[in-house]
Amino acid sequence: MKQNILPAIKLTALTIIFFIGIYTLIIWIVAQVAPNNGFGETVIVNNKVVGYKLEGQKFSDDKYFWSRPSAAGYNAAASSGSNKGTTNPDYLKDVQSKIDTFLVHNPTVKKEEIPSDLITYSGSGLDPDISVAAAKIQFNRIAKTRNISEEKINALVENQIQKPLLGLFGTEKVNVLLLNIELDKLK
Amino acid sequence: MNTEILGIVLMFVVTVILAIPLGRYIGKLYNGDKTKLDFIFNPIDNLFFKLSGIKADKEMNWKQHLVALLSINMVWFLFSMLILMNMSWLPLNPDGNPSMSADTAFNTSISFISNTNLQHYSGESGVSYLGQLVLMLFQFISAAAGMAVCAVVFNAMKERTTEKLGNFYNYFVKSFTRVLLPLSIVVAIILLFNGTPMTFKGKDQFISVQGDTVNVSRGPAAAMIAIKQLGTNGGGFFGANSAHPLENPNYFTNAVEDVSIILIPIAMIFALGYMLKRKKLAWIIFGVMTVGFLLLLIPTVYFEMKGSSNIAAMHIAQPLGSMEGKEVRFGPAASAYWAITTTVTSNGSVNSMHDSLTPLGGMSAMLGMMVNSFYGGVGVGFLNFYIFIIIAVFISGLMVGRTPEFLGKKIEAKEMKIATIIALLHPFLILSFTALSSHLFAHDPKTYAAWLNNPGYHGFGEMLYEYTSSSANNGSGFEGLGDGVPFWNITCGIVMLIGRFLPIIGPVAIAGILAKKKYVPESAGTLKTDTTTFGIMVFAVIAIIAALSFFPALALGPISEFFSK
Repeated sequence: MKQNILPAIKLTALTIIFFIGIYTLIIWIVAQVAPNNGFGETVIVNNKVVGYKLEGQKFSDDKYFWSRPSAAGYNAAASSGSNKGTTNPDYLKDVQSKIDTFLVHNPTVKKEEIPSDLITYSGSGLDPDISVAAAKIQFNRIAKTRNISEEKINALVENQIQKPLLGLFGTEKVNVLLLNIELDKLK
Repeated sequence: MNTEILGIVLMFVVTVILAIPLGRYIGKLYNGDKTKLDFIFNPIDNLFFKLSGIKADKEMNWKQHLVALLSINMVWFLFSMLILMNMSWLPLNPDGNPSMSADTAFNTSISFISNTNLQHYSGESGVSYLGQLVLMLFQFISAAAGMAVCAVVFNAMKERTTEKLGNFYNYFVKSFTRVLLPLSIVVAIILLFNGTPMTFKGKDQFISVQGDTVNVSRGPAAAMIAIKQLGTNGGGFFGANSAHPLENPNYFTNAVEDVSIILIPIAMIFALGYMLKRKKLAWIIFGVMTVGFLLLLIPTVYFEMKGSSNIAAMHIAQPLGSMEGKEVRFGPAASAYWAITTTVTSNGSVNSMHDSLTPLGGMSAMLGMMVNSFYGGVGVGFLNFYIFIIIAVFISGLMVGRTPEFLGKKIEAKEMKIATIIALLHPFLILSFTALSSHLFAHDPKTYAAWLNNPGYHGFGEMLYEYTSSSANNGSGFEGLGDGVPFWNITCGIVMLIGRFLPIIGPVAIAGILAKKKYVPESAGTLKTDTTTFGIMVFAVIAIIAALSFFPALALGPISEFFSK
C-alpha cells in the first residue's frame, strides 16, 4: 500500500492540472468562436434580450401560443420534471384540471383533439418546443384574440416548423418563443 | 418507416460501425502495439509517468493491480470530500452556491469515484463551478480506472501461464489520454456549436416576452457533458441532465450523446477480440449482449410510443406517445432508446424523467441495471459479464460431463466460489436495502412521507430503483424520491462503494488465478466457448439469475402497477 500512495497522490495532482486545467481551457478557447461565445444563444427583440433560443419560457396569455406545462415554472435556474408516475391518481387529477383549463380558453376545441404534450409536464421544465398538432389546436383562439385570419397564422406556423433531422430522423416541432415573436410582428 | 424509429436505428448502427475500429485501437493500446497516434501521446504519457515516479513497464500481479487501484481511489475520495465541503469560499463560485453537508459530500464523492454519478444535489444550486470541474475530473479518471482493470482481465485471459499482467498505471493513463480525452474533445466541440454553454460567468437574467423575470443558469457545461456521456458516468451539469435544452440542444446532439453512451462499452468487446485474437468469441459476446439489449429496448419503445393508458382513458390524443417527463425535440422513441442505453450500460444520464416512464418501460430500465452487463459500464461491464461466463462454463461443464475449462484454463472450486459470491452480491445489496427502506416507510409513513413522490406500487418502485441504480453504479433515478437526506445519502453511498469495488476485485482475482494456472491446449474434449450454443447458455444463466432474484420485487412494483391501472 505505502509504495502506491505517493505515486497515487502525484498522479492525481497531474490529472487535476491536465483535466481541470488544460482540457477545460481547450474547450473554453474553442467556445470563443462558438455561437455567442459559449454564453448560450440569446434571442434579441428591439435590442433587448427576451430569452434564450434553446430554453422555453412561460406563455399562458391567450394571444400567444402556449408552451408546455412546466414543473419548474420555467425557472431556468432550477430545471426539473414533475417526476410523477403516469398511474398516480393525484397526478391524473392535475392533468384533468389542465384539460379543463385548456377547454375553457379554447371553446371550439374538442377534448379528443388535445395532443398530450400540451397537458403533460416536460422533462426539463424548459422544453422550448411544442408539436405541430399542439400549435394547430391553438389557431382558433389566437385568431379570435388577435383579430387575424386563421390562414395567416397557419402560414406563419408552417414557416416555423422544424422538420426531422435531414427529413428522416426524429420529431417535427415548433419553437414556441420564436413562433410567438413572429406572431407579434403580424399585423 | 416512422422517422422516430429510423432515428434510433441510425443511432445503433452508427455506434457499432464506430465501435469496431475503436475496439481494435483500444486493443492495440493494451497490447502495447504501435499506433499511428504514438508520436503525440507517447511524450504526454511519459511526462505523467516521469513526474509521478512510476515505472510504466514494471509488470504487476493481480493483487498489486488491486492495491494500486484502491490506493488511488482513496486519494480521490479524500480530495473530493475536501473540495465539496469547502466550495462556498473557494474560487469559481459566481452564483454563491453553498458547500455540501458531510453526508451529501460523502454520497457525492463515492458516487463520482465509483463511476456512478448518482446525484443527490441539483447542478444549478448544489455545486460551484469548481465543484463541477472536480466532478468532471472524476468522470475521466474513474472511467479510466474501470478500463484499466478490464485491460488487466483481458491480459490475464491470454493463452499462457503467467503472473505478470501489465502495469496498472500504464493502462490507466493510456485509457484517459488516448481514448477518453480525444473523444471528449470531439463531442464537446459538437455540443459547443449546437448551443451548449462553456463559460465561467454566473447566472444571466432577462425579462421574457410575457414580462416575467427569468434567471438562467450557465457554466462550463460542454466540457463536462462530453465525458459524462463517454465515460458511462452520467452526472449532468444541470439538474434535468440531458433533458435540459442547454445540455442537449437538439435531435442531432441527442444522437451524438446517445452514441457516446454505448460506444466505449461496445468497443471494449472488440478490444477483447483483438487482444486474444478471438474475433469469434467477441462477436458471440456482442451477440448475447445485443439480444438482451433488444429484449429490453423493443417493449420500452413500444409502450412509450403507445402512450399512457391512463391518459388515453381521459380521451386525450397521444399522437407522439407518452409525453410526461419527455421533451418534444426527442419524442418518446429516442427517449425510450436513451432510457435503455443508459441503464444497460452504467451511464445513468437521462433525456427524459424515468419516474414518469410507463410502468413496463420503467421496469425495463430497472432490469437493464439489474443485469448490468448488456454492454455495461466502461470496463466494468465486461467484468460483470465475465462472472456470468465463468458460471456458464462451470454449469455446462457439469451438464456434459467435461472438466469446465475457459480459454484453456481449468475452472475450479475457488474461482467458482468467488464468481458465485459476486453474482449474488448485486441482488443481495439491492433487495436487502430496499427491504430496509420499505420497512421503515411502512412502519412510519408519516415521518418518511417526504421520501416518496408517488403512492403505492410506484412509490415502492422509486426505492427499488434507487438501490438498483446505486448497486449497478448507474446513477439515474426515479427522481421523485426525496433522496437528499442523510438516510439515503449514507445507505446509497455504502451500496455504491460495495457495488463498485467487490465486482472489480472478484473478476480480477479469478482472472489472476486462472492466468497462473497451466495452459491446457484445446482438444476434442474441450467445451467450445465461441459457439452460439455457449452464447445461449450464458444468456440463460443471466436470465435465470436476474429473473429469479428480482422477479418478486418487480412483481410488487412495476408489474402490479401495470396491471392495476
